Amino acid sequence: MRAWGWIRAYAVAVYVFMFAPVAVVLLLAFNSSQFSGFPIEGFSLRWFRRLFENEAIMRAFETSFSLGLLTAACATTLGILASLALVRYRFRGKDWITALLISPVLVPETVLAVGLLIFLRWLSMPRSFLLLLLGHTMIALPFVVLVVQARLVGIRRDYEEAARSLGASPLETFWQITLPLLMPAVFAGALFAFTISFDNITATIFWRPAGTETVPTQIFGMLRNSVSPEINALGFVMIVVTVGVPLAAGALARYFARRRQ
Amino acid sequence: MARVELKGVSKSFGPITAVRKADVVFEEGSFTTLLGPSGCGKTTILRMVAGLETPTGGDILVGGRRVNDVPIHKRNLGLVFQNYALFPHKTIAQNIAFGLKYRGVPKAEASDKVRQALEIVRLPGVEDRYPSQLSGGQQQRIALARAIVIEPDVLLLDEPLSALDANLREEMRVELKAIQHRIGVTSIFVTHDQSEALAMSDRIVVMSAGEVQQEGVPEEVYNTPANEFVARFLGAANLFDARVTGADAGSVELDTAAFGRLAVPRERALWLGDATAARLVVRAEKLALSAGDAVPAGTVGAPATVEAVDYQGQLARYFLRIGDSRLQAIQMIDGRPFPEGATVTVAVRPEDCTALPVERAAGTT
Repeated sequence: MRAWGWIRAYAVAVYVFMFAPVAVVLLLAFNSSQFSGFPIEGFSLRWFRRLFENEAIMRAFETSFSLGLLTAACATTLGILASLALVRYRFRGKDWITALLISPVLVPETVLAVGLLIFLRWLSMPRSFLLLLLGHTMIALPFVVLVVQARLVGIRRDYEEAARSLGASPLETFWQITLPLLMPAVFAGALFAFTISFDNITATIFWRPAGTETVPTQIFGMLRNSVSPEINALGFVMIVVTVGVPLAAGALARYFARRRQ
Repeated sequence: MARVELKGVSKSFGPITAVRKADVVFEEGSFTTLLGPSGCGKTTILRMVAGLETPTGGDILVGGRRVNDVPIHKRNLGLVFQNYALFPHKTIAQNIAFGLKYRGVPKAEASDKVRQALEIVRLPGVEDRYPSQLSGGQQQRIALARAIVIEPDVLLLDEPLSALDANLREEMRVELKAIQHRIGVTSIFVTHDQSEALAMSDRIVVMSAGEVQQEGVPEEVYNTPANEFVARFLGAANLFDARVTGADAGSVELDTAAFGRLAVPRERALWLGDATAARLVVRAEKLALSAGDAVPAGTVGAPATVEAVDYQGQLARYFLRIGDSRLQAIQMIDGRPFPEGATVTVAVRPEDCTALPVERAAGTT
């Protein structure tokens, strides 16, 4: 029994170590003092106001959001199509294509980033927002493929065959039957893709065109000068977006699932 | 409604032949069962008629039209699956109306048809529920309603009763046959369950190892099996080695170790030809057991020892031995069943026996 006490204490310590920094950022975001640090002098929302008045940061938010949404759209579309091909059809080189699709998860991001840059240099293409989108899609795609594939395997072909026998063409069958049944995975995959894109920094630093900042690269840039309290507020917003969006989405999905029962 | 015809249809999956040169006719409005153990090719035939598999040889004709290259969604077929395959995200009404949508049926008319279909399967008023809110038997009725509401040329049933529990299965069996009879749609039913096949079919096609073994009305297939496989697959059969000792216009005389000599009618020795060695098939329920040693007139009989009894309520299955031959008998229990170790007289009428040629290859058993 004593051993359990130690294990419990150890587990608590690990969690404190992991979450304390996050808690510090969340708390300090509301500190009224000029200087980041304890003790907290008073409650204030001024750093948030400063944040919203800062044009560079707002632009970075805009970039990050549109990049995240576009990445989610591209990665999900490609991921669904790839999963359909891999699960529903037999063709040569299937295992190789699966490995290739999943590989961005396994290759270190720096290597991936440099590789893509060299490739584009060889094609003599300049860095652009499109390239950034392409890169993020590549990084997010494996997650979508894995999630969608897992669900697709569980959708019996009977459903599709029944729809076809009733007169639906292959395309109508996809829209009417396969996609709706796949929706939870599509939704989860899109969320993954959005959050992966939204807080990616390593590859983004390599790929972003001059003058374009995403929220993480903006924070990184600001930190090089000083740790301003604004960054805590920005950190707060980042955490809310990357943690809050999936949680809210999950709750929403459960709500709709319950209503159908 | 249409006649379906398979002309030399084959299907191979790589090196494996699933169906070998099948020639089968499914008459218009008939209920035909493809019966056989799993892997015999019956489901492959159904899937080829449906358009879910493409034959590697031969032609499939529906209503006289070759459909080999017609995609499934243009074939106008009703398909019912073992696992119902109702769309879980659609209501019952949406499920049933699914096929009507692609046939340009107006909304109002469609909802009338849905209601009629639900009445046919005796489940009115469930339009707004979801499949998960219905029991297995109810779901299968909905699947049937969805398949027949489009007025298909052919109704294809892929082991539709196998997922139901025993009591429900027998109830649905009667009902399914009644519905088929009422709407008169040509139906192809796939099953591995011989009692379903015998109870429901106008015709039975017995299959094994990708080949059609026998085709005929249920009584024919049951009483005069074409080969050992069919004899063993349908019902409980005893097979004895026999020698052909004589023949005349009306019968063939056989000599068996268990029963001595007996004369099997010609029509029950059709497949025998002029072979000298034969296999005698005796159905377990055709064997009559009695105490004492009198053999009833018009039968051949022998004393046997009861080795084991399998008591089944109104019936008993006896495992018997006559000399070196072991055999099974199924009999209604009149009073008390014979105990283990008892000596009884086993008798059978020669006209209830069937003679088959001895098969060289044991591949089909």
